[in-house]
Amino acid sequence: MSSAENSYTAKDFSSDQEVKWCPGCGDYSILKQMQTVVPTLGIKKEDLVFISGIGCSSRFPYYMNTYGMHSIHGRAPAVATGLKLTNPNLSVWVITGDGDGLSIGGNHLIHLLRRNVDLNVLLFNNEIYGLTKGQYSPTSEFGKYTKSSPLGSLDHPFNPLALALGADATFVARTLDRDPQHLRHILEQSHQHQGSSFVEVYQNCNVFNDGTFEAFTDKKQRPYTTLDLKEGEPLIFAKGEKGIRLNGLKPEVVELSEGFSPNDLWVHDSSDATKAYILSRFFDESLPRPLGILYQEKRFTYDEALQNQMDKAHEILGAPDLDQLLRGKNSWTVA
Amino acid sequence: MSTVKELQKVTIHFAGDSGDGIQLAGSQFTNTTALAGNDLSTFPDFPAEIRAPIGTVAGVSGFQIHFGSVEIDTPGGRPDVLVAMNAAAYRKNIPNLKSGGVVIANTAGFDKRNLRLAGYDDEENPLDNKPEELQFYEVDITKLNREALKDLKMSPREKDRSRNMFALGFVYFLYSRSLENTLQFFQDKFKSKPEVLEANIRSLKAGYNYGDTIEALQRYRVEKARLPKGEYRNITGNQALALGLIAAAQKAQLDLFYAGYPITPASDILHELARHKNFGVKTFQAEDEIAAITAAIGSAFAGGLAVTATSGPGMALKTEGLGLVLMLELPLVVVNVQRGGPSTGLPTKTEQSDLFQALYGRNGEAPVPVIAASSPADCFNAALEAAKMAIEHMTPVILLSDGYLANGSEPWAFPKSEALPEISAPVMQAADENYLPYARNHAGVRQWALPGTPGLEHRVGGLEKEDRTGNVSYDPDNHQKMVELRAAKVSAVAQNYTPTTLEQGEPEGDVLVVGWGNTKGAIKVAVSQARAAGLAVGQLHLRNLHPLPSDLEIYLKGYRRVLVPELNNGQLVHVLRSQFLVDAQGFDKIKGQPFLAEEILTKIKELMPHE
Ligand code: SF4
Repeated sequence: MSSAENSYTAKDFSSDQEVKWCPGCGDYSILKQMQTVVPTLGIKKEDLVFISGIGCSSRFPYYMNTYGMHSIHGRAPAVATGLKLTNPNLSVWVITGDGDGLSIGGNHLIHLLRRNVDLNVLLFNNEIYGLTKGQYSPTSEFGKYTKSSPLGSLDHPFNPLALALGADATFVARTLDRDPQHLRHILEQSHQHQGSSFVEVYQNCNVFNDGTFEAFTDKKQRPYTTLDLKEGEPLIFAKGEKGIRLNGLKPEVVELSEGFSPNDLWVHDSSDATKAYILSRFFDESLPRPLGILYQEKRFTYDEALQNQMDKAHEILGAPDLDQLLRGKNSWTVA
Repeated sequence: MSTVKELQKVTIHFAGDSGDGIQLAGSQFTNTTALAGNDLSTFPDFPAEIRAPIGTVAGVSGFQIHFGSVEIDTPGGRPDVLVAMNAAAYRKNIPNLKSGGVVIANTAGFDKRNLRLAGYDDEENPLDNKPEELQFYEVDITKLNREALKDLKMSPREKDRSRNMFALGFVYFLYSRSLENTLQFFQDKFKSKPEVLEANIRSLKAGYNYGDTIEALQRYRVEKARLPKGEYRNITGNQALALGLIAAAQKAQLDLFYAGYPITPASDILHELARHKNFGVKTFQAEDEIAAITAAIGSAFAGGLAVTATSGPGMALKTEGLGLVLMLELPLVVVNVQRGGPSTGLPTKTEQSDLFQALYGRNGEAPVPVIAASSPADCFNAALEAAKMAIEHMTPVILLSDGYLANGSEPWAFPKSEALPEISAPVMQAADENYLPYARNHAGVRQWALPGTPGLEHRVGGLEKEDRTGNVSYDPDNHQKMVELRAAKVSAVAQNYTPTTLEQGEPEGDVLVVGWGNTKGAIKVAVSQARAAGLAVGQLHLRNLHPLPSDLEIYLKGYRRVLVPELNNGQLVHVLRSQFLVDAQGFDKIKGQPFLAEEILTKIKELMPHE
């Protein structure tokens, strides 16, 4: 088998295992786009590793013909950290979901992001527990009726991107299962970013939460309900009819036909943490839902810093000498 | 003029407030004693609180050292000498002191306030009513020490910080010790604080010189021990364990990856390893115990010698991770430095009560080899063995230590690196068209295919595996087969054990004392005393607690009675009874303290048949 770069096709990344998601599940699309994108990234197949936790999304590694681990519930970020620190040459992808990554594994996720280990996190958000057959998840809307909340859920939902920004993530993006091109673009950008990349993918669970993102994916509604973030460009949506301007720190929707020009609008700058945070709070019907890269920052990665320490230790303490280590500083001889 | 008397062995107990620097004084006395060539064993005993209530009995921190010109196997039972920095330290320890023992009391620590805090009724000073069989040195250490530092620009509080060194200096004088090693230690430790350096030097010397001024003082000398030939250093259990892990990584030519979360009494392993990054040691302080074990699992997948260490509560959190790594069949060493449980329990006290947890504490059929260290220096060998077993058998291994081993110290005849066993990791070097992730060798061991190796791409996970291919399988027969294969692989570990031998005694006799872990020294002393008294008693100490050695049964059945002393409520004894159908008897102590040899001896005598 060749491991030369750029000679792969999507088929090379498809494993021999039968894919067992429900027909129509959004996970299929994400898998397909991943298999399409990886041959173009210039990574050797043997250097790609997918690490997942538990849940529907976490079956993902079984279907990629690469190294992979289907670990335990919520722990994929920690597993991936140990893997990456041991072999920094690997391209490591964490596949998680809203239950896995934000409920049971929330702690590991935020600590991974603040450490900025150089790996990619894809959080498939379907706002429901699918594998356990339909309980509300930490991203389900308040009042959601499910089997475990027959009178409506009492939980205030997480805003995953605001959480990631709060944890000082260095790459924060949102994309959709139903938009292959957008999805591929974000996967590429995520790979390119050095440090922890956090990508939320709106994923339809057609069995237990069908249509939850319909407003954002439906071709007719999407132009009006979402905002495509483009670096250096003004925030325009609704087919060019509307834009967003900042009034102080307050975002406002303005009609471009009513005397506002693109010059009045907020221009997207993904290096601005404050604006990224404001964007992440576009989270109800009053504002369009931002898609794309909200934030990216170049910050030293944990793996780099660790390697620097290792090099430095070698420089200061010298080459390892086991006998000297065992002897220690204060030894004596019994003759 | 003082006279010098020769002693074979002595036990000194240093005690004071937990802010009094007792542990430092104790460890300095230990290092000096080791360098003087004595055999020794130490036992630090301190409260869980960093600054426990000042002046109270609960806040007393202690450090006991037993040293001698003869072999020393325990930190000593009842001390010969008590150094009491205050009334609480006195109150806590005086009942243990040997008759005829010596008390060095800091009289400044027996003022009204201290007496009240120590709980003496009506502020009655015990020094006014001293037991006659004891010998007292009443010294106003605080005052004399301040006097010695009077021209230094420090507050009285700052000056009092080095009064522990005054006490140490006095003990050095009594035991004819050189100040050299401690003075050198000051030079290194206080390099950047000249006034603290000066204060410590002066305090130590003042304490020593004070001894010189007392009339008719009895001094002692303890000659070098006749230890077996070799090079020695003094070492604590946690240090030895860390070095054992580094040695294993070197021998296996793997990088050591250590993930841990701060927990008493395991943290010193992390501290020690973090100092040796030039050995390729990567240490990772994780966000919690679960992240520590799962990060280690990630490292094991990538080909690191992965290790995580913790204590009981952390072990509970690692349970699910242990199940995963067992399914993945990757090497991992999980160290449990046991402490008193359950729950948060007694963080700074010692216990052996996590044996059942190590043997059985997982969901599903989940056998894991379990190894126990038996002395501070033995933690080195135990760590090396655990790592070798994990790597060569592609399995998690639980290594049991405990607070007493972790913080205790003894002289260690450290080995030469070339004398250490080789470790061969079953790493697949190159692509093989027939590669199956869960194909096994004769010992039931699968191969280690590392990410980054072309042509060996494969997926692993916690779902049941199909035999050989490792694909997910829900097939009923396959599940039974895999459970059996994993169990057989762990059982096969026993084939590499060195044959079981008795520590002492004949193959047959009246009472066989079977122990594991830190009880070895106390049992050794008790059994040798019983044997010296003509009793037919033997000692067997277990290194491997799962799987148990198959030749164990011969010994268990060769004795009329089997006694199993444990610092728990009877765990190994339960295993031995069920596995070998022997009428073994437990002897349990669950007080957060190690056994005294005399306690075991008394029990042995009770079990002797009366003819
Ligand atoms: S339950 Fe929902 S998320 Fe899971 S596979 Fe089926 S459709 Fe997809």
